[in-house]
Amino acid sequence: MFIPHTDDERKVMLETIGKTSLEELFNVVPQKYRYPNLDLPVGLSEMEVLEQIQDLADANDACDNLVCFLGAGAYDHYTPAVVDSLLRRGEFFTAYTPYQPEISQGTLQAIFEYQSLIAHLTGMEVCNASHYDGATAAAEACITAYHHFQGKRKTFLLSPAVHPDYRATIRTYLCGFEGKLIQGDEPNQDPLSTPESLIPSIDGNTALVLVQYPDFFGRIFDLSNLVKKAHEAGSLIAVAVNPIALGLIKAPGEIGVDIVVGDGQPLGIPLSFGGPTLGLFATRKELIRKVSGRIVGETMDAQGRRGYVLTLTAREQHIRREKSTSNICTNQGLMALAATIYLSLLGKQGLRKISELCYQKAHYAAQNIGKLRGFSIKTDIPFFNEFIVKCPKSISLMNNFLIDHGFLGGYDLATISPTLENHMLVAVTEKISKEMIDLFCEKLVEVANE
Amino acid sequence: MSEPTIFELSSPGRVGFQLPEFDVPKVDFPQNLLRGNLDLPELSEIDVVRHFTRLSSLNYSIDKGFYPLGSCTMKYNPRINEVTARLPGFSFSHPLQPIKTVQGNLFLMFQLQEWLKEITGFAAVSLQPAAGAQGEFVGCLIIRAYHQDRKDYKRKIILVPDSAHGTNPASTTMAGFDVVNIPSDKRGNVDIAALKLVCNENVAGLMLTNPNTLGLFDENILEIINIIHKAGGLVYGDGANLNALLGIVRPADLGIDVMHFNLHKTFSTPHGGGGPGSGPVGVSKELADFLPEPLVGIIEKGDDEIPPLYGFFKPFKSIGRIKSFHGQFGILVRAFTYISMLGKDGLRQVSEYAVLNANYLMHKLKEKYTLPYDRTCMHEFVLEGIWNDIPDIHALDIAKRLMDYDFHPPTNYFPLIVKEALMIEPTETESKQTLDRFAEAMLKIADEAHTNPQLLHEAPHHTPVSRLDEVKAARDLVICCWPVKDN
Repeated sequence: MFIPHTDDERKVMLETIGKTSLEELFNVVPQKYRYPNLDLPVGLSEMEVLEQIQDLADANDACDNLVCFLGAGAYDHYTPAVVDSLLRRGEFFTAYTPYQPEISQGTLQAIFEYQSLIAHLTGMEVCNASHYDGATAAAEACITAYHHFQGKRKTFLLSPAVHPDYRATIRTYLCGFEGKLIQGDEPNQDPLSTPESLIPSIDGNTALVLVQYPDFFGRIFDLSNLVKKAHEAGSLIAVAVNPIALGLIKAPGEIGVDIVVGDGQPLGIPLSFGGPTLGLFATRKELIRKVSGRIVGETMDAQGRRGYVLTLTAREQHIRREKSTSNICTNQGLMALAATIYLSLLGKQGLRKISELCYQKAHYAAQNIGKLRGFSIKTDIPFFNEFIVKCPKSISLMNNFLIDHGFLGGYDLATISPTLENHMLVAVTEKISKEMIDLFCEKLVEVANE
Repeated sequence: MSEPTIFELSSPGRVGFQLPEFDVPKVDFPQNLLRGNLDLPELSEIDVVRHFTRLSSLNYSIDKGFYPLGSCTMKYNPRINEVTARLPGFSFSHPLQPIKTVQGNLFLMFQLQEWLKEITGFAAVSLQPAAGAQGEFVGCLIIRAYHQDRKDYKRKIILVPDSAHGTNPASTTMAGFDVVNIPSDKRGNVDIAALKLVCNENVAGLMLTNPNTLGLFDENILEIINIIHKAGGLVYGDGANLNALLGIVRPADLGIDVMHFNLHKTFSTPHGGGGPGSGPVGVSKELADFLPEPLVGIIEKGDDEIPPLYGFFKPFKSIGRIKSFHGQFGILVRAFTYISMLGKDGLRQVSEYAVLNANYLMHKLKEKYTLPYDRTCMHEFVLEGIWNDIPDIHALDIAKRLMDYDFHPPTNYFPLIVKEALMIEPTETESKQTLDRFAEAMLKIADEAHTNPQLLHEAPHHTPVSRLDEVKAARDLVICCWPVKDN
């Protein structure tokens, strides 16, 4: 199977090293604990294993069968066949981090192109090779800001309309940072408060203001005043984006933000129960040396040919050890490659169109759901592809009914706030046809009347 | 000839992917929020396929040949893993679906938690961490939370041996600890005398890699752990080198309190050109309540007719959330597949043959290379990449020359305690023939270093590009498809 040695080869190898048995290689291991009797199943053939695992996959009721109106940070977009076909090339997925550039130009150039695409998409000047996901990218933005101010500014102002997982992750990441204050999203805050409501809290101790754009509820705010106020107080401002929305809405770079983070999952990466995805991280040029994670730069070889290398490595943990600002080693290389292929394929026109499809279909859905008796749309400002529906019944009850009829209903907002009981966050992507939206409306009426 | 970038290949107006037409009436988009320019390339589908196929051909990979990168465990990545991870029931499952619709996923995660517990002896495992480094960070936060929970706030120091990976001290600092380095002794073990000297009531814990980065199993492992425990500290085990221990010894049995796994090393999930990995964390009973959320558990017991209901829960004193959703699920499916195929006996064989391969190769190479710690190694070993009689040949030259023989070089310049280190980890999936060919190339390079050093200095000669100017890259800093403009 995966170990190629024959009995004869093993014998020759043992003889060569002067040992008589494999056991003799482990004499250094304390005898008392050597060779534990593990309670594990016996190994099986590939065929048997596939059958068992297929049964597990079949035990799910997933979006290959359900029409998905669920988003809240993970979106059921269509992935063009080209993306996975190229990802399956062993030259890409069985390679390591490109430490040896002469034999890693494929990975390095792809990351360089990824950095360029994300920089263009976000309107920023520079971009790293990615973080684990949107939540960890947001946490790293806080750490970047902390080091930018050399630890002198210690307040992190988070909008309550930032994804709850992002905010929770930031709290965990910063728990060892002495004196830090995380404010803005206290439980008594209205989860639906606007970015402007953060302004009174910005002061000379604010290191970073973080908002989401479109926010967790799908709303799109004009952030220019907030950016202005943050900068007037000398603080940095970061936004967490949905990259698909950037096909349509103003780029964060145009508004003057300092850091853009986000989850790259919508860019051709499968839902896969939430991971692996991709953490987007782009900044203004001035911050580049404070940014953690891998960065690829262009250079030349000894013959003057263009080539790429990992650069600014002096920031990184393997060189600076305890003095580095982050411990991150790898990125989400293969997921960044997926996003690179996706964006290359969709290109300028494709991304704009997919963004518009999501926007228009979501608005059609909102208009029609809003007309249903007992339902009302609670999003009263511009939104991208997610909106809040107040429903006549509890969302868990509604969703159980919907699943039985082939629909994965929206996110139950009661999970994040008791004030949002019976409120559903509905997401619409390009995969959902008008016909399915109409049918979804019919089912909502049925469950309301049941 | 270098490959143009996707921006250079772009042709205005070209479309690579057709989307469906609008089937709903359009509404206006607010003009003040509308994007102006969108500078993405414009290519056809075949442009994209050819570009990335050509790029792929510039890479070395496990599929292409031997990849003996020390501490990276570049074993064969079984193809079945790629099939199972892509089964639609998994890959189309949304992380926030009602749990009754994802019982297949939850059972898989629960079972994997159980298997990882059994393999290492820990009382509880979280599958949350996205990578080894994040697992380490989580481990440090758990150590911090444990002491704080006991109101023992003075423990601010984490001890880190000088042979440790750079991530150890970096993770430690991120968690708010101060690092104190511990030297190694002449046999490559932790220096016990030095350890005792710094062990006091301010020590929160020790980060121990065992086998260490020299590939050596610490001969005083039980004593070291005992010293730390007596001082009231905890021992963190860096699981990067677990490939030497499967079915051989369980880290928790030795007294290690918390450890991360690297599923992308030990359990065959691909490295992906630098991620995604997965770095689950195992802990002792005393630390189980501190694990990051969520864990998978049985939330309703089953009976003869009804299977149990699996779901998520938050440990009582959890350090909190460390990423969105539930971990790198697609990677977990791959590791689950691998363990299912190998089973109990297969896992033990993995470690036995990984160690056999390393000792065999070490034996062959020490003929011409200095082996600073000459004793039976575990899954890897470290040579010096320098000779006294030719001081201008460095580990880097040897590494680059190996590329001309179509091998990936070993890890070089790490660990820091060996001069010009060449750190070699063959893994169990390489045959004797491959090891022999590699040894032959290495020995030949040792000769070339003496007879024709220029050949090494100018290497590699047969790769898509030759040595790259890293100083220029950092100085000019071109990191996007146009130069960064100076203001």
